[in-house]
Amino acid sequence: METLALLLNGFAIAFQPLNLALIIGGCAIGLFIGAMPGLGSVNGVAILLPMTFLVPPTGAIIFLGAIYYGAMYGGAISSIMLGIPGASTAVATTFDGRPMALQGKADKALVAAATASFVGGSVGVVLFTLFAPPLAEIALTFGAPEIFALMLMAFATFVGLGGDDIPKTLFSICIGLVFGAVGLDIISGEPRLIFGGIPGFFHGINFLVLAIGIYGIAEMLWTIEISKGEVMISQATVNFRRIMDTLRELLGTWRMMMMGSFLGYFVGILPAAGATPGSLMAYGVAKTASNNPETYGKGNINGVVAPESANNAASTGAMLPMLTLGIPGSPTTAILLGGMVIWGLEPGPLVFTDHPDFVWGFIASLYVANTFSLLINIAFIPAFIWVLKMPFTILAPIIFILCIVGGFVPTLDMHDVWLMLIFGIVGYLMRKLDYPMAPAVLAIVLGPLAEPALRQSLLISSGSFLIFFTRPFAAVIMALAFILLILPLVKIAFEKYKNPTQAG
Amino acid sequence: MRVAEIVMGVVMGIFSLYLMWKSAELPIGWIPEEGPGGGAWPFWLAAAMLLCCIAIVIRGIKRLTPESRSEELYMDKRTFRVFMLNAGGLTVMIGLFHIVGAYGAIPLFLIFYLRFMGRHSWRLTGAFALVTPIVTFLFFEIALQKTLPKGYTDPWFEPIFAFFY
Repeated sequence: METLALLLNGFAIAFQPLNLALIIGGCAIGLFIGAMPGLGSVNGVAILLPMTFLVPPTGAIIFLGAIYYGAMYGGAISSIMLGIPGASTAVATTFDGRPMALQGKADKALVAAATASFVGGSVGVVLFTLFAPPLAEIALTFGAPEIFALMLMAFATFVGLGGDDIPKTLFSICIGLVFGAVGLDIISGEPRLIFGGIPGFFHGINFLVLAIGIYGIAEMLWTIEISKGEVMISQATVNFRRIMDTLRELLGTWRMMMMGSFLGYFVGILPAAGATPGSLMAYGVAKTASNNPETYGKGNINGVVAPESANNAASTGAMLPMLTLGIPGSPTTAILLGGMVIWGLEPGPLVFTDHPDFVWGFIASLYVANTFSLLINIAFIPAFIWVLKMPFTILAPIIFILCIVGGFVPTLDMHDVWLMLIFGIVGYLMRKLDYPMAPAVLAIVLGPLAEPALRQSLLISSGSFLIFFTRPFAAVIMALAFILLILPLVKIAFEKYKNPTQAG
Repeated sequence: MRVAEIVMGVVMGIFSLYLMWKSAELPIGWIPEEGPGGGAWPFWLAAAMLLCCIAIVIRGIKRLTPESRSEELYMDKRTFRVFMLNAGGLTVMIGLFHIVGAYGAIPLFLIFYLRFMGRHSWRLTGAFALVTPIVTFLFFEIALQKTLPKGYTDPWFEPIFAFFY
């Protein structure tokens, strides 16, 4: 009952004219960003975070949350119309969405994707509303050892579930943590890692500099490299009658939508797992459970519905640990978490008690953003197609300029802009060698929170690491982290056992 | 690709060593009453980075990663040209921020990109080169009140600010 009252208060905040305008604007911008090949919610949120200084923190997170939702919807548009996923989260949508478009059913695929996204987002946000307050209450009892154990688990999930090369993943985590340590030592106050004595390093490396460098500049350089050829845009005729026909057909897919929503939500909660594996798993389950799996990959509407409901539910799931524990569930939520620090809020369970308007305004805004994303998505399909037809040589310089100006604005220091360029170029060169970049961004956000937690824990225990194993919550979390860390080794051993000739 | 993998591993390994040396400027051991020294956290993380780099190089040499087995070029001529044009263009634009300011550098970058890289018409190039700095100015300087670098063009903006404030 108390949750309902708080949620209603949240709706009153979300429906304030400014916040409502931010939701609508955020959804529309997110949809366009998500629809652009190569760009997803993480790029949109990273590039546009500096623009939120004009509004109060609640408005800022509502705006970014709406961009996040909009981009998750938009990712399906380029998957279906171009056959190029708007972001990795929409890869599974391409499998059946593109064949549907090539069969002249682009409008059906687009409406199915939008409706499934709406269902996934709605289920996700309801589960979020139910789970967030009790989880935050448990988290309030956490001390420094539990917090550090949680952070360790967040990093361990990248190793255990990320699926990338393990040494490269660990390198990415460590370099992010080291960059997070640049500046002044929080305990002694002494300067630390001031490279070349350059004064710009005294204020540390702002996480946004790394995030925009990697998700703005490096991503654009990557997209420019891979989008060499011309793309073929499918034509779509959308009218009220065809939409209603599709909606009637979609009633038969409700099981897949629900399966995708629940699966996506729980996979989304895990850091490093997130929307991409969530949507791929949902697609896999849909195909396996189907009576005619051979129709998948050839334009089966369930092949669009399952991954799309999963990726939207996962994006909401990723926000649960972000708000309740201060641990982001995805790269986008890592940036939202960094934003909370910039806006002067302490991420973690205390926001529920100290800033209820912020939390519940944001949660309520997700319900509203979900509805507006659906409406804007269906209403503006022709406009998205127009944007997709725009040559990349027009979009690229505009995005580059946004990155540069966005990197300058938070600190008004050109040092940060140069640093961002270096991160962008090095990030691009490393990405070509398959170094995962998301762990570094997560680490630079969590580093300044993890280090004090570790140092406080060790101070309490007079330097004994046993403190992480003698407290019940910390011990359980550490055990989970350990399991996740050894998971890849178990997998390798299992493969060697199964296939002794191939492994190694 | 294999050579690039090994070279990147070696370069990052050297960078890790530099980070370890730099971290050791502060105490990296245990300080009584204070706990771990200020350099301990980055030092041990950089040491872990070094171990990862050694693993990456060994795996590269032994051809255990897909990249080290790939016969593809790390960067072919066309990719290298596109990369240099984009990265170079960005570097020059940021450099120009110090001299002619954001409102000089942005139109010059747009002209370079739209006209010379994208081969768009002068009309479209001119429209973007004119409208983008105006929108940027109105949004950042007037709405957000965040001052972008103006270099030597700073005095030219005094009458514009006088008009708005």
